[in-house]
Amino acid sequence: MAKQYETVIGLEVHVELATKTKIFCGCSTAFGGAPNTHTCPVCTGMPGSLPVLNKQVVEYAAAVGLATNCTITQNCKFDRKNYFYPDNAQNYQISQLYLPICRDGHVDITLEDGTVKPIRIHEIHMEEDAGKLVHDDWEDVSLVDYNRSGVPLIEIVSEPDMRSAEEVIAYLDKLRLIVQYLGVSDCKLQEGSMRADVNLSVREVGATEFGTRTETKNLNSFSAISRCIENEIARQIDLLEAGEQVVQETRRWDDNKEYSYAMRSKEDAQDYRYFPDPDLVPIHISDEWLERIRSAQPEFKTEKMARYKEEFGLPEYDINIITDSKKLADLFEATTAICNQPKKVSNWIMGEVMRLLKEKEMDAADISFSPENLAKLIQLVEDGAINNSVAKEVFAKVFDEDIDPDKYIEENGLKQVNDEGALKATVEKVIADNPQSVADYKGGKKQAIGFLVGQTMKAMQGKANPGMVNKLLQELLSE
Amino acid sequence: MANVISDETIEYVGILAKLELSEEEKEAAQNDMARMLDHIDKLSELDTTGIEPMSHVFPVSNVMREDVVTNGDDSENILKNAPEEKDSAFVVPKTVD
Amino acid sequence: MNVLDYTAVGLGKAIAKGETTAVEAMQAVLAQIEKTEQEYHCYVTIDAEAALARAKAADEAIAAGTLTGPLAGVPVAIKDNLCTKGTLTTCSSKILENFIPTYSSEAVVQLEKAGAVMIGKTNMDEFAMGSTTETSAYGVTKNPRNPEHVPGGSSGGSAAAVAANECFFALGSDTGGSIRQPASYCGVVGMKPTYGTVSRYGLIAYGSSLDQIGPLCKDVTDCATIMEIISSYDKKDSTSIERKDTDFTSALVDDVKGLKIGIPRDYFREGLEPEVKEAVLNAAKQLEAKGAIVEEFDLSLVEYAIPTYYTIAAAEASSNLERFDGVKYGYRAKEFEGLHDMYKKTRSEGFGPEVKRRIMLGSFVLSSGYYDAYYLKALRVKALIKKAFDEAFAKYDIILGPVAPTTAPKLGASLSDPIKMYLSDIYTISLNLAGLPGLSVPVGTDNAGLPIGVQLIGDCFEEKKLIRAGYALEQAQKGQVE
Ligand SMILES: [Mg+2]
Ligand SMILES: [Zn+2]
Repeated sequence: MAKQYETVIGLEVHVELATKTKIFCGCSTAFGGAPNTHTCPVCTGMPGSLPVLNKQVVEYAAAVGLATNCTITQNCKFDRKNYFYPDNAQNYQISQLYLPICRDGHVDITLEDGTVKPIRIHEIHMEEDAGKLVHDDWEDVSLVDYNRSGVPLIEIVSEPDMRSAEEVIAYLDKLRLIVQYLGVSDCKLQEGSMRADVNLSVREVGATEFGTRTETKNLNSFSAISRCIENEIARQIDLLEAGEQVVQETRRWDDNKEYSYAMRSKEDAQDYRYFPDPDLVPIHISDEWLERIRSAQPEFKTEKMARYKEEFGLPEYDINIITDSKKLADLFEATTAICNQPKKVSNWIMGEVMRLLKEKEMDAADISFSPENLAKLIQLVEDGAINNSVAKEVFAKVFDEDIDPDKYIEENGLKQVNDEGALKATVEKVIADNPQSVADYKGGKKQAIGFLVGQTMKAMQGKANPGMVNKLLQELLSE
Repeated sequence: MANVISDETIEYVGILAKLELSEEEKEAAQNDMARMLDHIDKLSELDTTGIEPMSHVFPVSNVMREDVVTNGDDSENILKNAPEEKDSAFVVPKTVD
Repeated sequence: MNVLDYTAVGLGKAIAKGETTAVEAMQAVLAQIEKTEQEYHCYVTIDAEAALARAKAADEAIAAGTLTGPLAGVPVAIKDNLCTKGTLTTCSSKILENFIPTYSSEAVVQLEKAGAVMIGKTNMDEFAMGSTTETSAYGVTKNPRNPEHVPGGSSGGSAAAVAANECFFALGSDTGGSIRQPASYCGVVGMKPTYGTVSRYGLIAYGSSLDQIGPLCKDVTDCATIMEIISSYDKKDSTSIERKDTDFTSALVDDVKGLKIGIPRDYFREGLEPEVKEAVLNAAKQLEAKGAIVEEFDLSLVEYAIPTYYTIAAAEASSNLERFDGVKYGYRAKEFEGLHDMYKKTRSEGFGPEVKRRIMLGSFVLSSGYYDAYYLKALRVKALIKKAFDEAFAKYDIILGPVAPTTAPKLGASLSDPIKMYLSDIYTISLNLAGLPGLSVPVGTDNAGLPIGVQLIGDCFEEKKLIRAGYALEQAQKGQVE
């Protein structure tokens, strides 16, 4: 009988914090920019330069720790992790090994079948990001850009509590949401502001000991993570089935080729010689400071969902989707605060906003239009100034360019025609021009009226009040 | 000498420290390190149970800066001392990761 | 009076009174350098033209009344591990043979603000690792009191430059005695301040938790004056301490009545040269004669300071020196195959034997399996050593002892046996471990005419007591000579 295997997964998630400056110097963290323009002696490892800690980093890290039910290490400090690599200007990374800022937390994930499972967090530590290496196409060299060097990161290390790719994705989603709600990071995988390393082992079902694990790096999309996990499970089971051993090693995922390879070399001894950084003094997070951070915690998804139900009476399905993104929830609340029509706002978000996001392959976090303009648009429909189909057309403009709907309708003559006299003339002409349809309708084919409504709307360039057109047609045809 | 530093140890530490010692240097390093460690072993005479390791002599904590940008574009100065530079970046032998 | 005979403060006064100028003083120093530098080799970098231009600018500012401090216009020599904007800074190492910093260390900035004028950069043991200034990649510095002997180290160039009148004062750095010991060997005054008093920003790190910048100068008055200028709370250095008591010159009084001085018996055992012992105990007697209360006591753990120090210093150094890799600045090997070979060749060719020795030891004591046994153990013993000093300072205002067991050894005599060289740091090293201030004051010479220094050790932040005692001792010495 074939052996049954169980997968054991733990994650190391790096989240780039949304501070204005780097963790140990006053350089900007702005993304992009020409190489080495956001640099100074500190983040390029110049001799004699010294690090000074950014206070905001501590507050953000502690906030994430509180939101993930961690114990905050009120006396913590930084250690040096020593290894040579050119993206690391000092050849050591300032990180935390011995006293990380947060420990022993957990988040609850909800699986597709509705089960809720806690995933334990071993620790969260603060550290600095490395620079960027670009491989030169023409020469056999790499180019080093230290703009990212020293950008603050937190590393969230889970316990090996996950058993499938689904659980991993649910966990990552949960972390992303928490981090977004806290506003401590934009969590964009593509830009590298959230990255995951996967520690994975397999064992026979029923075994109590863990199998030998591998660590796979360079995973920057949820789908890459899923593919990598499936791939690594298969690789390890194949090894075991062939009577071979899994080697404890670090592997790198190649998303184009959809496979991973070992990163080992003789030159990487993986002995980081951690020791407390003598250039930095310890951090003491007093009870008062911790309380201030705690009291500034925002309303998270669960509380928001309950409140939306209670306050606005929206359907659970809609609430779930809206609160699944901090940006959508913010948009919903801000727009509702202006126009006081929660259901309409929710409908727009669930409908057109979601449709356009999907069509344009955008993340909700990238939404750039203002709640004011969505509120105006909703009001225009409500007032009968435009009909729904025109509104959709105008919204596309709001979505792309954040135009002012009032002005846009005015300038493009899109106001709905509600004048019965003007409508009646067009309707009469449509009746005269389409005798066949009229005959069909009168012969009992009631759906023929749809075609006539369409023709009228077309003649009116979409601006006719559809309700009135329908009513007029019925009246005239029954004469 | 109580401590003996093997060839492997010297090789290993050389990898960590990115130092490539000549045969002569290697031998000297083995000898020196062994003697230094013999000397350092003297510390084991002291009972330090319950003594916190002291990284800093003063109990100073929370030296922090506000999150305010203070540095502008300094790329020209930063690259001034680069052994090799291209397109405003430092040039290194191709890294394969 | 020959301009060169002025102390730094004396020269500052003369310039302020218009009796001489910064340019004249600089010219005199450059002429002296012309005469003696060939033999002593105190400097690694001198740019006479730039120095004169800086002196001229200082004269103009003094004339305009914008520069008024006690050291305005006074030429100063800077140890080559302190970054100086636009001036080559090598740490006396090949690996920084072409490094021109784009920033100055904070201590240099403070000196420049006060109007002191830089002459050039002084020779040192490579990366401050050594006690003789013989490990420099740019040649050996000789002791101006007797050129067959070493000047001490690692701030040997700075001490020798002061002794040879090739500057009016100098800055050095002290990780395990690197200011006090060469000061003692060269017969000048040197002080290592309390850790955190002078910003380390721009000081190329050796052992970050031990390094302090301090003055090497002609007398205690100069020392207090320079200390007042270079002490600063610096937000760029997280280990910088905000102090309100840096008016060090207020302690320049010839009065030690009631000052309690402890003499550790452990400092006067085997290894200490009889002449050094005699000179140091004589200094204690002079202070006693002026009303100080002198007592012998047992300071424990003395023999553990050296292994503790070398473990911590080597560990920190192994990490601090990782940044020298041929990527961003400094030397890069000419031939290599790939990245890691580039690192190895660059560092193996760029660092000298003593630096490599300490990097190897430091990497080893931090490596997996040894960290607890060596590094953490050393940090625990450091705590015990600090405690021993705390107990001593509960009883005494000052601890008095020798700076080094011997006077300056002959050139070449120490390098052959590193352990012996390390052992010569026995009296200075524990101050760096405990963060304490120490002052080295000349108290005579041995039969061969080589200077002997006494070391005054204070509790943290008690530099003023040292300055008071040092000043009184200086006055007593003067009395003896005259
Ligand atoms: Mg990490
Ligand atoms: Zn920077």
